Amino acid sequence: MSEKPRLIYFNGRGRMESVRWLLAAARVEFEEIFLDTREQYVKLIKDGSLMFQQVPLVEIDGMKMVQTRAILSYIAGKYNLYGKDLKERAFIDMYVEGITDLMHMILMFPFSPPEAKEKNLALITERATHRYFPVFEKALKQHGQDFLVGNQVSWADIQLMEVILAVEEKTPAVLLAFPQLQAFKTRMSNMPAIKKFLQPGSPRKPPPDDHYVSTVLKVLAEE
Amino acid sequence: MSGKPKLHYFNGRGRMESIRWLLAAAGVEFDECFLETRDDLLKLQKSGALLFQQVPMVEIDGMKMVQTRAIGNYIAAKYNLYGKDLKERALIDMYVEAIIDLDELLMMYALQPADKKEQYLANIVDKATNRYFPVYEKVLKDQGQDFLVGNQLSRADVQLLEALLMAEEYKSDILAKFPLLQSFKARISNVPTIKKFLQPGSQRKPPLQEKDLPKVMKIFNLGQ
Repeated sequence: MSEKPRLIYFNGRGRMESVRWLLAAARVEFEEIFLDTREQYVKLIKDGSLMFQQVPLVEIDGMKMVQTRAILSYIAGKYNLYGKDLKERAFIDMYVEGITDLMHMILMFPFSPPEAKEKNLALITERATHRYFPVFEKALKQHGQDFLVGNQVSWADIQLMEVILAVEEKTPAVLLAFPQLQAFKTRMSNMPAIKKFLQPGSPRKPPPDDHYVSTVLKVLAEE
Repeated sequence: MSGKPKLHYFNGRGRMESIRWLLAAAGVEFDECFLETRDDLLKLQKSGALLFQQVPMVEIDGMKMVQTRAIGNYIAAKYNLYGKDLKERALIDMYVEAIIDLDELLMMYALQPADKKEQYLANIVDKATNRYFPVYEKVLKDQGQDFLVGNQLSRADVQLLEALLMAEEYKSDILAKFPLLQSFKARISNVPTIKKFLQPGSQRKPPLQEKDLPKVMKIFNLGQ
């Protein structure tokens, strides 16, 4: 029986992508099972594998973990990406939660109706440039360190890297006014584990396309 | 200067209520500063006190903490309500995240248009009784212990009790098919700090009244 964590999700980014990033940054190899049909999903529910009938599901250390934040917190805690004390953890949590709010807008974007897409895209860009990126730009400028919290790489840095790239896919010039974030992005890209994850052939998933959207809707039988 | 945590929010439950519950359960006294108007929120934003321009905000231990989950995590860990190791924490997190999902559903009811409310309520009841409650009923049954995780009071118990009581406000017999949740409810309500919080005069907030909704919408610029 494999000791590697096993990820069960659709073959695409969605809510699982942050888990892939975190495991990759922690240099943890993992396996993936992709949900393509409703039958697979219904079977998982009937087997009792999905505590709240939802994916993501990550089989790790004898647990069938669900709820994305629970999974990420566990991985961060286990692989020393959660700071060294309660206060560092508090800052990591605040940063991660803010990033997750922005990430959520991007995650939901492909599922929004066509007539709302332009407005939603504008909102993503607006929030990134006025609410979220300035906070991290300021944090990096103030302490002058390579990482957001405690002078070592943490969950917050990895999520920030993920969201920067995700926003850039939609608004390529978004980092223009953020020199610290540009330098941060370069630094993070050059960390060996992340460099490897950013190369073709890694478990990193491409941006969602129509096929991904229709698969998700079909599997979850959402109207 | 007071050493007590200070909560910044409007005078109602919303996203701050679970924080009030946690602090109360931990026996921690706290002060509250209520936003009454949109200007109050704008002033707070301009002062730089809100990391992402949003409330809840809790001043605690020299930090201005924002993001409900971050605040909850900090309080739970500080006051020993977060289990004794990584695996207990993992279980607590899974249970709490699902409760937060249910809380979101309950919270959004007030914002539904009048003609959608009945259907929305049916959805709440369906999710509560078919997706969430059975899980906690089973945990209690399988373990035969007083608490959800690690045989001691944790954040998961506190948040579950909060959710059970809120769900009952929507449908008074919603726990009819869940005998263990009923006894859980009675047991946790009797934990001294929680019993105190459940009494009149505590800082627990009442459900949002229909008449107060416009004021809340105005503060947060909702419905624009």
